[in-house]
Amino acid sequence: MSEQLFAQLLVSGLGMGFIFALIAIGLTLIYGVMDVVNFAHGEFLMVAMYASFLAWQAWGVDPIVAVPVVAAAMFAFGVGVYWLLVRRVLGKSMHSQIFATFGLMVFLQALAQFLFGADYRAVQQSVLSGVVEIGGIALPGPQLASMAGASVATALLYVLVFRTRTGRLLRAASQDRVAASTLGIDADRMYALAWGIGAAAVGAAGALLSSFYPVFPRVGGAFVLVAYVVVALGGFGSIHGALVAGVLIGLLQTLAGFYVSSQLKFVPVYALYLLVVLVRPRGLFGRI
Amino acid sequence: MGDRVRFSARWAALLAAGGLAALAAPALLGERPFELRMLTIVCLYATLGHGWNVLGGYAGQSSLGHGVFFGAGAYVTACLVGLLGASPWLALPAGALAAALIGVAIGWPCFRLRGHYFVIATLVVAESAFLLVNAWEPLGGAMGLNLPIRPDGFANLQFGRDKTGYYYVALAMLALVTALVWALQRSSFGFVLRAIRDDEAAVRSLGFSPARYKQVAMALSAAIVGACGGFFAQYVLFVDPPSVLALSLSVTIALIPILGGIGTVSGPIIGAAVLVPLSEYSRVWFSGTGRNVDLLVYGALIMLISVYRPQGLAGVLGDALRGARAPAGARGAGAQTGAGGAG
Repeated sequence: MSEQLFAQLLVSGLGMGFIFALIAIGLTLIYGVMDVVNFAHGEFLMVAMYASFLAWQAWGVDPIVAVPVVAAAMFAFGVGVYWLLVRRVLGKSMHSQIFATFGLMVFLQALAQFLFGADYRAVQQSVLSGVVEIGGIALPGPQLASMAGASVATALLYVLVFRTRTGRLLRAASQDRVAASTLGIDADRMYALAWGIGAAAVGAAGALLSSFYPVFPRVGGAFVLVAYVVVALGGFGSIHGALVAGVLIGLLQTLAGFYVSSQLKFVPVYALYLLVVLVRPRGLFGRI
Repeated sequence: MGDRVRFSARWAALLAAGGLAALAAPALLGERPFELRMLTIVCLYATLGHGWNVLGGYAGQSSLGHGVFFGAGAYVTACLVGLLGASPWLALPAGALAAALIGVAIGWPCFRLRGHYFVIATLVVAESAFLLVNAWEPLGGAMGLNLPIRPDGFANLQFGRDKTGYYYVALAMLALVTALVWALQRSSFGFVLRAIRDDEAAVRSLGFSPARYKQVAMALSAAIVGACGGFFAQYVLFVDPPSVLALSLSVTIALIPILGGIGTVSGPIIGAAVLVPLSEYSRVWFSGTGRNVDLLVYGALIMLISVYRPQGLAGVLGDALRGARAPAGARGAGAQTGAGGAG
């Protein structure tokens, strides 16, 4: 096999990997801070992709330009979901917590189908479409941009969570809610913040993804399942873990798609989930 | 005590009236295939909801992957009837058995997982099954399998001209499974299952093996859903991955009891009686544009229920029945005590 082909597979795998990581970081942050799995996370991605697509359709805004705007809008959306829905099931049974976001998933998917129909819609002629030639190797522009965009977003998130006062408060609330409250940290605000940041991360991923992937009401499904695997492999609640695992899984599914079967490329990824949670439940970097 | 007797008499009267209405429904409807089909699907979905409830409601192991068992039942039936020419009366139990075995095989590793770890495991298993069957040519791959058309009648479990037969078969399945779940709920086995849901460690400390109880619940739950899959294959005479293995099907199976009432006998029936007409009529009103209004309402209802009424519509109805009898003053006092306790 040619070096060029391998390089292209690698870039495409890394590109998807960074997107997976960005989606998973949102999920793992919410989980880490409040032990709640957002079953509507894939639909958050779908909402962000529609937002990015509609901005392009209405005003010709390129998805790459829309990334910060979509991320900001999704921050508000995440905080809203926390205040209106998640806050009300805190402290209730596991069933209530699972079904609240599960209901949101069903609702958002149906809403998208109601408003836009089941058609696949795609951004045409993004500034990123086409290929970039580096050293005689043709590399797909959207994947390169998604790598770059996702790296920047992850770095920003990392700084926010690990290098700022807000991030310290957030981590304190996630480590021990009661102890944090006694120190005057408002856990409720921290939870809202986690939902906002988590939704903003998946929003950035959605805007980047929409530059080369069609949007449709059920688009979240495949991505969120992979994101669960990423979160499990990285260790539930670990941001570094989600980043490393996202890149690994992006490479795994691209290589499996090429060498085994493009139809079955996600099967080894799903099998990996079972392997991780059964053999090493704390994943690569988990705390449990 | 007297209160309880009166309450169960009320239920018995309701049950008898419901049963008679269900039996007479085709005659009352006359020549209305749309409504007949809808009632058949209500029975099928209510039975599916019961199946999910055995594991998800009573044992507390929420699965979002029960489509696997539906698909197993449907595919085993389609293969035995279509490829080997077997009788559907043999194929249906075989499908249920296959689903139960698959359930136990999935449960063996996955029951070591708790809460959302388990839920996600069922999701990835179901999606993997879809992808694998979709790519597996001997099972027809993405093209699916056709079942042969045979003369109408109960012997072949085919009612091509007059679909009333399908309705009665589905109604019989629902009645059978409802009786089974009702008996299960009152049995010591049912009590252990609910105890596992509420406190697994306590159950273990009493000398019961939660793993074994969960596996039996899984086998029963999967077999019920598998039998429904077999019935569906006979009803539609065609199976393919999107119709019997899709993740949306797993979601629907879970939605029915969650809306109707988790861990209750009436919940799945109420859930199906709300969901199916809602989806069928919305399809008519919006003339098949695939607008999914039913799921829009459903998703909103699930959110409301998880916030305000975790016991589902069955709980709401039960309260209404009880509230209608209780004096208004007593109800107000009860509500105040409840609020005081929560605060």
